Amino acid sequence: MDLVIFSITAIIAIIGAVAMLVSRNAVHSALFLLLNLGAISVLFLLLQAPFLFAVQLIVYAGAIIVLFLFVVMLLGAERDEDGADPVRWQVPTAVVMAALLIGQVIYVFVTEPTATADSVNTNISEGFGSPTQIAQALFTTHLYHLKSPHSCCSLP
Amino acid sequence: MEFWIDILILLVRCLVLALAATTLFAYFTLFERRLLGRFQNRIGPNRAGHIPLPGGKKLFGGFLQPAADAVKLFFKEDVIPEKADKWVYLIAPGFAVIPALIIWVGIPLGNWPDGQGSNWLHYAPIDVGILYLLAVTSVGVYGIAIAGWASNNKYSMIGGVRASAQVISYELALGLSILAVVMQNGTFRTEEIVAGQNIIWNIVPQFLAFVIFLVASTAEVVRSPFDLVEAEQELVGGYNTEYGSMKFALFFMSEYIKLVAMNAIAVALFLGGGNFPGIDTLVAAIRTSNGDTIAYAVQGALTLGAFLLKTTVLSFISVWVRASVPRVRYDQLMNLGWKILMPLALFNVVLTAVIGVIFPEGGLVIHIAMFVIGAVVIGITSVVAAPKRAKRSVTMVSNNASN
Repeated sequence: MDLVIFSITAIIAIIGAVAMLVSRNAVHSALFLLLNLGAISVLFLLLQAPFLFAVQLIVYAGAIIVLFLFVVMLLGAERDEDGADPVRWQVPTAVVMAALLIGQVIYVFVTEPTATADSVNTNISEGFGSPTQIAQALFTTHLYHLKSPHSCCSLP
Repeated sequence: MEFWIDILILLVRCLVLALAATTLFAYFTLFERRLLGRFQNRIGPNRAGHIPLPGGKKLFGGFLQPAADAVKLFFKEDVIPEKADKWVYLIAPGFAVIPALIIWVGIPLGNWPDGQGSNWLHYAPIDVGILYLLAVTSVGVYGIAIAGWASNNKYSMIGGVRASAQVISYELALGLSILAVVMQNGTFRTEEIVAGQNIIWNIVPQFLAFVIFLVASTAEVVRSPFDLVEAEQELVGGYNTEYGSMKFALFFMSEYIKLVAMNAIAVALFLGGGNFPGIDTLVAAIRTSNGDTIAYAVQGALTLGAFLLKTTVLSFISVWVRASVPRVRYDQLMNLGWKILMPLALFNVVLTAVIGVIFPEGGLVIHIAMFVIGAVVIGITSVVAAPKRAKRSVTMVSNNASN
């Protein structure tokens, strides 16, 4: 059952992301991004993380996309400008970067079998992902990383 | 097999909830129109349907008015403006209604235990119930914003832009006032917050938060006096100018369902939800004489009744405010949200935190002290922060100058 829901949600997320990139209208793009973020919040639910689900909805769907829409609507900037793209190198660069990222993800997925959904769902402890646990992790174990964001990339 | 039965039960329950919310909307419009009639010294709709009583008296005059309205809206012409962005234009009403309906699953409407540890009257007892409510309310603005944009009409557009700015601004005060309640009760679960108000309702220690919540939730559902989104005098009809027929009805519906849902949330968070003095004693008495099942059913009916009664009281206040307070100006709206409500809500969070640390036991005296502090702060704020009028001075000019 989880696999079915996951597949549907993942397909919706991918469709949203692709449609956001290809649509020529900024408001449509923002709405497709909203679809994508909503689908990702459902994925958080599938991973037993209701807190992240709610926070994803509040922060991204509730605030950030509204701001996007607000600015686009206020400036009337929803139409693509005529003429050639002034920054010609950005599309090829983005494609290369995305390919690199996908390669990384696939590598991690293949070499780290613990990252699959099944292992996550069977190995969770009582109260996993509850606000209490997240707060404890954030404000005790990882307090140092929380306080100094530049250090979060250092290896443990 | 059992799995499919569970799904079927779930579907039926969802259908019941959706129908209940829609009926609530229909009768809330009648409630509001009759009350507005009373407030404005007229009668209000009283013609469509009545229950005849002996002696020529009529009971519940006008109780079929919502049905008549619905029929009228169904038979109106359904127009799509030629220059509108068709798909966005069509999904906007749905975007408005769905959050208004799904918000109800997070609210504990009462307490009807099914004997196996869950509650028939609370659809989704999730870990982060409060955050769910906040998330769904904040998503509710999309319907208005994209409707205004997709209509391709300047008035609608201004309405949509105003809506997004207003909702983002008041969300902060709303969230902070709820945060203080979460700190007071130490949980994110709505049913635990309701259960924690068994003895003292949260309105006593969190009076300040309650007032902030009432104001911010009125602004969040863009209702009068904060209805700049659809200010008729300036914007024709605002975001719904280009919408007719059932599409307009959906917007209308979402606005009212959201309003009642906000009042229901206020009841659950501040007014004790389904708690009411005497229910526990009565249910305990019935349990000893009639057994568990009947006791549970009676408890469910009574708590639901108490909940609806409190919601009705708050809804009455909403109508009262609408009838009494004129619409605010846009700068006043922003000033109220950012310069008054948000600092007050922050102060309340700090107050709750400090008192929670100094007196972790709580107790009646502390609660009453917090109530008094809240009331005093509101009083001081309303005096200090009241909009100031520029002093007018009249200069007397001597009449002899011209002579």
